[in-house]
Amino acid sequence: MSGSMATTKPSTVYFFGTCIIDLVYPQAGLSAVNLLEREGIRVVFPQGQSCCGQPAYNCGYPDEARAVARHQVELFHQPWPVVVPSGSCAGMMAKHYPSLFKGDPFLPRVENFSSRVIELTQFLVNVLDLKLEDKGEPVKVTWHSSCHSMREMGVGDEPKELLRRLSNVELQELKRERECCGFGGTFSVRHPEISAAMAEDKVADIRATGAKTVLSGDCGCLMNIGTRMEADAKEARGEVIDGKHIAEFLWERTNG
Amino acid sequence: MPDARDSILSRLRAAPRGPAPGSDFSVMEDRFFPPEERLARLRKMMEAVSAEFFETTKADWPRFLHGLLVQQGIGSILYGPGSEAGQRLAEEWPEGGARAVAYDRPMDSFKEEMFNGVEAGLTSTLGGIAETGSLILWPSADEPRALSLVPPVHVALLDPDKLHNTFWQAMRALGWSQTQMPANALLVSGPSKTTDIEQTLAYGVHGPKRLIVLITR
Amino acid sequence: MGNFGPAAREALKDGQLRSNFRRAMDGLMSKRAALFADQDEWTRLRALGESIKARALAQLPELLEKLEANCRKNGIQVHWAETTAQANDIILGLLQKRGAKTLVKGKSMVSEEMHLNAFLEGHGIEALETDLGEYVIQLDHEAPSHIIMPAIHKNKQQIARLFSEKIKEAQYTEDVDALTGMARQVLRRKFREADAGLSGVNFAVAETGTLCLVENEGNGRLCTTVPPLHIAVMGLEKVVERLEDVPPLISLLTRSATGQPITTYVNMITSPRRPGEKDGPEEVHLVILDNGRSRSYSDEQLRRTLQCIRCGACMNHCPVYTRVGGHAYNAPYPGPIGKILMPQIEGMEAKGELAHASSLCNACVEVCPVKIPIAELLVRLRTEGAHARADAPVLQPGAERSTAEALAWKMWSRMATSPTAWKMAGTMAGTFDPLMPEAFGPLADWKKGGRTRPRFAKKSLHRLLRDKGVPDA
Ligand code: SF4
Repeated sequence: MSGSMATTKPSTVYFFGTCIIDLVYPQAGLSAVNLLEREGIRVVFPQGQSCCGQPAYNCGYPDEARAVARHQVELFHQPWPVVVPSGSCAGMMAKHYPSLFKGDPFLPRVENFSSRVIELTQFLVNVLDLKLEDKGEPVKVTWHSSCHSMREMGVGDEPKELLRRLSNVELQELKRERECCGFGGTFSVRHPEISAAMAEDKVADIRATGAKTVLSGDCGCLMNIGTRMEADAKEARGEVIDGKHIAEFLWERTNG
Repeated sequence: MPDARDSILSRLRAAPRGPAPGSDFSVMEDRFFPPEERLARLRKMMEAVSAEFFETTKADWPRFLHGLLVQQGIGSILYGPGSEAGQRLAEEWPEGGARAVAYDRPMDSFKEEMFNGVEAGLTSTLGGIAETGSLILWPSADEPRALSLVPPVHVALLDPDKLHNTFWQAMRALGWSQTQMPANALLVSGPSKTTDIEQTLAYGVHGPKRLIVLITR
Repeated sequence: MGNFGPAAREALKDGQLRSNFRRAMDGLMSKRAALFADQDEWTRLRALGESIKARALAQLPELLEKLEANCRKNGIQVHWAETTAQANDIILGLLQKRGAKTLVKGKSMVSEEMHLNAFLEGHGIEALETDLGEYVIQLDHEAPSHIIMPAIHKNKQQIARLFSEKIKEAQYTEDVDALTGMARQVLRRKFREADAGLSGVNFAVAETGTLCLVENEGNGRLCTTVPPLHIAVMGLEKVVERLEDVPPLISLLTRSATGQPITTYVNMITSPRRPGEKDGPEEVHLVILDNGRSRSYSDEQLRRTLQCIRCGACMNHCPVYTRVGGHAYNAPYPGPIGKILMPQIEGMEAKGELAHASSLCNACVEVCPVKIPIAELLVRLRTEGAHARADAPVLQPGAERSTAEALAWKMWSRMATSPTAWKMAGTMAGTFDPLMPEAFGPLADWKKGGRTRPRFAKKSLHRLLRDKGVPDA
């Protein structure tokens, strides 16, 4: 759990959609909002939000990242939890924002914000203790943990716990679940061949599980794995195995 | 080169520094093996890396060792005649069989024989370490360093009453930081080994190929 | 500029190399994990290890002086070198003074950093690596590909071939014991005849003036015991305050490095041969090398690089290292530690690019036994590489800067702080996605190595949630 986040169910939460979900995987964000609203929570989505700032930060442009971070902090100023459907963006906002504002008079506000950031699956399990009624057909899935969700946000068993609550879903774990898929933000375009080689191994690992769908809590990983998967299928190594954000999967399975 | 020294040190001194943090050694203090289990633990750890163990007595070990060498076809053993163990060996070594060679001159004067002539070396130990399966050796003028290093077989005497839980506890119990350390102090935890070729374990790459521990009760 | 990119691309094509590394790293990772199965012990021991190194660094100049004083008292002569060139000269001087012609070397990464072997050979002195892995790669005129297992990129067939070609009278065999035996035979004669021995240092104890070395083979002990002259070289970060600081660090080091509870030998050297002693070197010298470390020390964040105990766990767990191997880094220290250390040692111009050779997955951070925030330091070094400033604690700050990239981030920052611009970008991306060329700009790079182009959604999340009536505030 991040910061001093309360574990009692709040009546209102902020939702930070992340830029990749915004532009490439909006259904994941929409599903997450649906799940939260179904639990009777008022979800607020500040329309001025954009990106957590991680791309510039990781590339060595902290000033540009700071401006973007400040923009989000100012926007999410009410004392509500900030639910983030990405371990990576949550990690940036919870762990790196404070160091980005070290020595800045704005720091107390940043710290307050960072302490309210919580990754979606952690929120669903640890705060809401979400009950799920599976309405789908029996299916085998596998799970890809994103590096930042595990190693920055400390997401452990929560996503799998959610999947266990779906009675018709069988989880077949990856052999190298903890290994990076190769995305790494701009790493994927700075060193595309290495990045793709990592994705290639990940795809092979996913195929070996025999799962029908690969789930993750991070759309950066899904974009990397998915586009490698498509190329892999074109190279005639097998069918495309669907990649899906866990929020979208949970919503599909339980809303029907 | 005094210039380099001064400029390095002055650069280091100019850096901003906070107070030195303390260290919590409780994880080292907590490590504990009941005395009656220590020997078994040490043996298990060392046997896992191919050390060999034999039980004998304080009274009898020189004869036992002689018999062992003969039985194993080891023709000679180097020892330090000035050490307590070396004196015992010299006095009680039976005639015939394996030859006892005294390490009584500087290495430089018989390097050739030491590297190619003797087959084993004898050392005492200050004790053992249960956690990691290690022997503590303090070579000295009477028991030189090469005894445990150059001959292909290293025979070490171990008093089972001198077993410590951990290296850290042994160091504290024996008061190492308060005494003058020997020129060379050693932990030996098995025969020489390497995994540099395809992670495959091979023994005796440079140091002794065999480590024989005699437990002297 | 270095050449990590092209070298890595070459390495990726070498299937043999990739499988050699994959297999080796898998083995090392599982051995390590088995020895740190007790999470509580790992957490506490690691915190202790970190505190010991941080405590040493907090008193670094004082401890170095104390180390020097105690070494001197014990008869070990101490030398200081600001640069690798100075260190090489010191060593050459010591060897020449004794008329030494052959030097046997135990494993020392600092000597790799100094390119000592080539330097000595240029002065007619044979420097022979005796660690089996180092011996193998020296025979093949290669550099180490791993700081603990220098020949890990080779399989036994490759080594068998090498030995049969390079060692006199050697028959081709793939039997590891037999190969090891061949090396033993060659090297034992060298140990006996060498005029001098060289070693690295794992930990130097200020309190007692003791140099600690860990190893499995015994070659380190031979190098430091048999020849009449022993020269130890260390980076200035190797000093620790007290003797009792050593056991926890050794435990972290050997378990992290190779998954061993302890190495076969822990070799603690406190003085040269004393009067009446029959062996041990007559002279022992310690060379303390700076080579940019004091510059890193001046910055409290970069300083944490100096906590490193060179266990190699970060490279064993690095998905990039595992794919491209050690040689692609073209550096004595490859993998994550190399990515943070090399730019600091050699400067941003030569090695700044290494800081970008990471997906920032944090696998290294998770296993580093002294808790070096490697990912944070990578980001920091990327920042230094992108910005020239006068008082930067690195060489050639800003050397990595590209005007186009800087401009792109500026524009991105403007867009991401302007709600209208951001929303418009979302709409445009969605609307024009079908018309976009398959490959341009970063998308062209994305597709290299085999990935299709990502597709922008028709309607952004902003739009979907606005349509759904999700409140904005
Ligand atoms: S950075 Fe950490 S993990 Fe890597 S070699 Fe150094 S101590 Fe080991």
